[in-house]
Formats: sequence, structure tokens, C-alpha cells
Amino acid sequence: MSVIYILLGASIVVAIIFFIAFIYAVKRGQYDDSYTPSVRMLFEDEIIKDKQKPTINE
Amino acid sequence: MEQLDCFHCGDSCGKHPIFLDDKAFCCNGCKTVYEIFSENELTCYYDLQSSPGAVPKEISGKYDFLEDDAIVEKLIEFDDGNLQIATLYIPHIHCSSCIWILENLNKLNPHITDSQVNFGKKTVRVSYHSNEINLKAIVTLLSSIGYEPYISLEDYGSSQKHINRSLIYKLGIAGFAFGNIMFLSFPEYFEVGEFWLEQYKHLFRWLMFTFSLPVVFYAAKDYFISAYKGLKSGLLNIDVPIALGIAVLFIRSTVEIIFDLGTGFFDSLSGLVFFLLLGKFFQQKTYNFLSFERDYKSYFPIAVTKINTDGSETPLQVYDIKKGDRLLIRNEELIPVDAILIKGNASIDYSFVTGEFNAISKTSGDKLFAGGKQTRGSIEIEALQSVEQSYLTQLWSNDIFKKNKEERFTTLTNSISKHFTITVLSIAVIATVFWLFYDASKAMNVFTAVLIIACPCAIALAAPFTFGNMLRIFGKLKFYAKNASVIEQLAHVNTVIFDKTGTLTSSNSSKATYYGEPLTNSEEELLKNTLRGSNHPLSRTLYDILDEHNIISLDRFEEHLGKGLEGASGSNIMRIGSANFVGQTENDNVLTTAVHVNSNNTYKGKFTFSNSYRKGVSKLFNSLKSNFDLAILSGDNESEKENLQKLLPSKTKLLFNQKPEDKLEYIKHHQHEGSKVLMIGDGLNDAGALAQSDVGIAISENVNVFSPACDAILDATKFNEIYNYIKASKSAINIIRWSFLLSFFYNAIGLYFAVTGQLSPVIAAILMPLSSISIVVFTTITTNWIGRKLK
Repeated sequence: MSVIYILLGASIVVAIIFFIAFIYAVKRGQYDDSYTPSVRMLFEDEIIKDKQKPTINE
Repeated sequence: MEQLDCFHCGDSCGKHPIFLDDKAFCCNGCKTVYEIFSENELTCYYDLQSSPGAVPKEISGKYDFLEDDAIVEKLIEFDDGNLQIATLYIPHIHCSSCIWILENLNKLNPHITDSQVNFGKKTVRVSYHSNEINLKAIVTLLSSIGYEPYISLEDYGSSQKHINRSLIYKLGIAGFAFGNIMFLSFPEYFEVGEFWLEQYKHLFRWLMFTFSLPVVFYAAKDYFISAYKGLKSGLLNIDVPIALGIAVLFIRSTVEIIFDLGTGFFDSLSGLVFFLLLGKFFQQKTYNFLSFERDYKSYFPIAVTKINTDGSETPLQVYDIKKGDRLLIRNEELIPVDAILIKGNASIDYSFVTGEFNAISKTSGDKLFAGGKQTRGSIEIEALQSVEQSYLTQLWSNDIFKKNKEERFTTLTNSISKHFTITVLSIAVIATVFWLFYDASKAMNVFTAVLIIACPCAIALAAPFTFGNMLRIFGKLKFYAKNASVIEQLAHVNTVIFDKTGTLTSSNSSKATYYGEPLTNSEEELLKNTLRGSNHPLSRTLYDILDEHNIISLDRFEEHLGKGLEGASGSNIMRIGSANFVGQTENDNVLTTAVHVNSNNTYKGKFTFSNSYRKGVSKLFNSLKSNFDLAILSGDNESEKENLQKLLPSKTKLLFNQKPEDKLEYIKHHQHEGSKVLMIGDGLNDAGALAQSDVGIAISENVNVFSPACDAILDATKFNEIYNYIKASKSAINIIRWSFLLSFFYNAIGLYFAVTGQLSPVIAAILMPLSSISIVVFTTITTNWIGRKLK
């Protein structure tokens, strides 16, 4: 039953990894603007199309 | 002919659209922007949203101050010699096309490395190589595509804005600990006395203790600080019983696990803190795109052009303006100081200050007040004062602007908590004394249990969730309140004071009435055609009001700046303008704005302008009159007195010729008599009154343009609904009262367990979240129900 120490340790380590990820995300400003990324996400296609075109023109 | 809308900005193209690539444009400006985009393969801009653009404005010379390194340094947020980062506020940002084009700025100029839009705040953060391109070039580029940034004195020196994210951290930590502690405490809820559980429960308990440490000492920190501050100033605010509850929970739980008496209440403790912070987070709903803290700084430019004695021009930071400096004010620029007009014809728009949109003509030698905007050509002025000493800016030296408004009020929650804390403490003491005689071993247990279960989590949550939700509902209805306490104050208001110009009157439409000999048809035709050539605001207004006539070409047209117009067709001559200009002595009512008409050297009559009142003003006043004291404070002359008396209930007090300080003093006077004052205004001249009042609401025709510092911003179209909003705030207070009753009911159940010494961790763990959640559900449903009735 001593395996519980390993299980506990593992589960807490995983929890703490997620916790650190959360702190890191807040610190990087990911929670400052919750609207623009949702729109930006939809732009990917246009940007790729546009990146190809200028190379043809130049 | 079919009317075409501009492909770029969506405005009507008028009678002469400009065509390019089969697309119609209203003006060359819009066409140029389209050309820039199509050359750079960015026409996707028009696919995302139809006609998303704005007409680019002429800005030559306006941003010359950005060549001054000392000024630029104050505006940028990062600079390592080559890479610079600046955040610019762009009011035009309004749709996904805007985000797309602004984030592809590097296609327009390769030296811009990155640009990122924050849609909520309407800002774009631009990174660029400062060796290749400077800030002025970027601002010019943005302006040329119709996205002119707004740079004001407010930005100056505040580039290092600190964003406070501590609440998110605290909420994250409390949630993290709450979840983990729940898992760890779950096995012991059932107390099966199973062998392995007995074996490991100490480990589980100490783990829970570890998780609870950051909750108590970091996440719940503010409650302890607030309780301490409250006690120090002799106030039993709501944070006192909360802090007491948290402290007792933590100490008792720690004692229990040290002496192996039980599992402790770590689950309830972390859950409590988590729910409390959630309430705070919910209440913190803010409108990023609005600012409620504006003073004159956000209207004023950073720098103006100074004309040196040798005739050369240099940019000058406005704080450095000294008395006697000669300044150049270009078209569309703001006059930053009180000054005397030296050269040029001024047409000053004081709408920032008074809310009135009519431009006033000034000739050289006239005094100009700070805050006016030049609307026609360039002028030269001589400063009479420094910026801080000007007539308008002086207002901000009043003490009222230094006080924090929220601290002036006792909230409903805090007034309840006083009685609540005293009651809970007496129950705890009485119960403990009883148990001391009955069964002394349980006395301490009962004392702590009472304090734990009575921790007023539900009470503390009632107000944030009700007001927070109300704030959101009002926001959808275009009534933007600064914070929750505004709604609470609004419910207590008993005096409503209005500003006149721009608040009761609509700046979009004014009325002209004609007095004098009737004009013949041909005279009216000539009049209309003469006005057509002029850009003076009064001409434009009158032109729009007059009936449609044929367009005839004038044989002669002259505009005498500051005086009037002269037009001739055939043998008819028409002179329109000031009384002197048309050969009439100015003797009659000087209180009104008038345009006089003279046809073929005979005086015909005059058009007098009056602001038209918003629709429903009369109705609103009549519905308000039975419950509120009403008054109107106007900075204007008495010309409108009779009209207002006809329009409004007789008990409305009317005061005219009020200076900004007078308005402030008037409100202060009423407050001393015990009134709770709601001030509704719009211009900067109301700023003092808005700050002094218990609730200051700024009316805005367009919420994206600037309104003075206030507690709430109301969209002008919703003006008639003010009474309903006040009523809804009153209902919100009632909801909170009902929630208090509900939470007292839960407390009574909890206290039964606590006083009888039967409070086990599992009961606390059920009762505390249950009461919190049911309060949240109750307030959300009822506020939405109230919100549904609002328009």
C-alpha cells in the first residue's frame, strides 16, 4: 500500500504543473484581453493567402 | 438616380461618386485608402466586414511633436535602442476587419515587426525598428488608412501602466487549493474507520494543511487587511466577521489535526475563500473601452506648435507653455490655454466644455478659453496663463477630485454586518457560557463552531452578485456604470439635477425660427443657394432646415469671415449674417443666436436658433416629479427660460449663468441639507458637479468619444429611461434584502448544529457551499427578471 506515496506524489506534481502553467499564463497577459484572440483565431486563412501573394508580385 | 454607398466607409456617396475598380467611393480619401490596401494585397479587409473604414483626416503638421525625442520617450513602453514598442489608442477600432488590418501593419511597412490589437481597450501595440521608422511615421501611416490614434496629455508619462492581476492569482490559488483539498478530505467524510484510511489519514490531513496555507495567507489576505482597517476606524464592516471566520476555521482545524481530534475544516475554509473571491471577480466587471476617470488631460494635446520670435516653429510640451508664448493652432486642434487671438479668424467649438456644438466666431483681439477646438483654418494665439491656471483646468484643483467617492458611503452590506457581527458574537458567548456549565469539554468546540458556521459568506456574496448582474444588464441597455456601488447609490437618490445644453437638448438637431417679412420663393431659393457655398456651422444648420430648392449657379458669392455671406443671382443680391453685416443695428434680444437676412438692400428678418429638446424630456420630468426634487443648472443665459417653464413641471428649479464652480457648490449645498443628489450632465464644465454629486451620470451621444469623469455613462438615446433605471436599482436593493433573509435562514440551521455541539466537518462542507450557491442562483434569477422589464 506504500504505492499511495507515489500516487499522491505524482498527482500533486501534475496538479502543481498545471498551477504553474496558470500563473505563467496570467503573467504573460493572456487573461488581460479575452475577446481579441477569439476573433484573431479566425484570421489564420487570410493571412496565409496573403503571405503567398506578395512573393508572386515581387 | 440610385444612391451609392461608399465601398470604404459606408457613407452615402452623394451625387458624384468616385469610381475605381468598379467600386464607388464618397471621397478621394476613401479611394486612397482602398488603393493602399489593394496595392499591398490587403483587400481582405473589405471581405470580413462590409464598409469597415473611416475617412482619413488631414493631419499634416499635427504630429510634428512626435519628432521630439523627449516626448516620444514618455509615450513608448519599451526601447532597447533599436526595437521600440508603443501602445496607441485608436477610437475607430470597432470590428473584426479593424483587428485584421491593424495586425497586418507589417505588410504596409516592413519595419513594423509586430502589431497586436486589444479590441476591448481599442488599442494597438506596435513594435518597430526605431532606426528605420519612427513613431511619427507610424502615426502618419495609421492616419493615412483611417485609423488615426488619439494621443492626449493623459498618455504623457504614463506609459508604464501597471496592470493589477492579483485577483486572478488569488482566485486561481483558492480554486486550486479548494479542488485538491476536496479530493483529500473526501475519504474521511464517511468515517468508515477502514484500516488503510486510518493508516494514511494523517498524511492526507497534513497535505490539506499545506494546501490551505496559501489560501489563508495570500488569497484571503485582503479580508484581514480590510477587517483590521475597519476595526481601527471603529467600523464593523462585513470583512470583520469574514476574517474572524477564516481565522477561527484555520486555527481550529490546525489544532484538530495536531492533537488528532478530527479532520478539520480545510475544505470549507478553502471553499469559502474561493466563493468570496468569485463574488469579487464577478463584481469587478469593467468596461475596458470606457474611462470614468477622465479629466481635462484626456482631452488636451501633448504638445502644440510654438512660434518663436524669429518666426520659426517648434513643438512645445503643453506644461511648458508660459504666459506670453505665441502658439499656432491648426484646424481641428484644441486650444490648451486661455489666450488672446492674434491672427486669423477663429471658429471655436466649445462642445468639449459646454456640450454645445455650435461653433463661435472670434476675431483677433478676442479672448479664447482653454478647451475650445478650432474648426476653420489656422490661427495664432498668445497664451495668457499656464495650462494649470486656465479657467477650465482650475476646476480640477478643487478638493473633490482628490477624494475617493466610494469611501464616502456606508454600503447596505456594511450596515447589516454591524448588527450581524454583534449578534453572532453574543450567540457564541451565550452558547459557550451555557456549555461551560453543562459540559465544559465541549465549550471551546461550540464557540468556534458558531463563529465558523455564522461566517457571512452568503451575505457577503449577495451584494456583489446582485449589483454585478445589474451592471451587466444596464450595460446591455447602454447604461454603463463604473462599479456596483453606483447602483446602490442610485437607489438612494432623492434629488435629480440636470445640465441643460447637450443634456436636455440634443446636439444633433437644432431648430431655427424665422421672424420678419415672409420671403418670396425666389428669395428663398437664392438664400438656400448662398448658404450652400458656406461651411460655417450656422450656414450648414440653416441649409439643412430650409426646404429643398433648385440648385442655381450664383453670379457672385463672397464669404466675409466672421460677418456673413453675400450672394447674387441676376439682379438679386442676398446678404446673410450678423445684424451689423446686413445693415441692422443690434438692439433686439441679444440672448439668442440669430442669422439676419437682407434682400436687395432691404432688411427682411432673422432666423433665430434654439436647441431642440430631446424627445420625452417633458414626460421624464413628469414621471420624476412626484418622487424627486428637480433642478436645472445651466451655464447659458436665460433665453430658454420661458420655453423650459412651459415644458417642465412647475416645481422644477431653473438656474442660469452657472459657472462650473457654481454647479459644484449648488450640489454641495443640497448635500449639506441631507439630499442625495443625482447629477446628469455632459460637458467638461459639469465635471465638478458630477464629481461632487452622489451619482454623476454623463450623457453621451457616442460612448466612444470622451465624456468627463463620472460614475456612469448613459447613451443619449436612452435618456428617457433614467427613471426606469433608478427604479430597477431600487429593486436590486430589495433583492439584496431578500437574499439577506435567505442567508439568515441558512445561518439559523447552521447555528442549531453549532450551538448543540454537533457541527461536523461534513455538515459545514455541505451547508456553506449550499447557502452560497443558492444566493447566487436567487440573485441571478431575480435580477434577470427585473432586467427583462427594462428597455
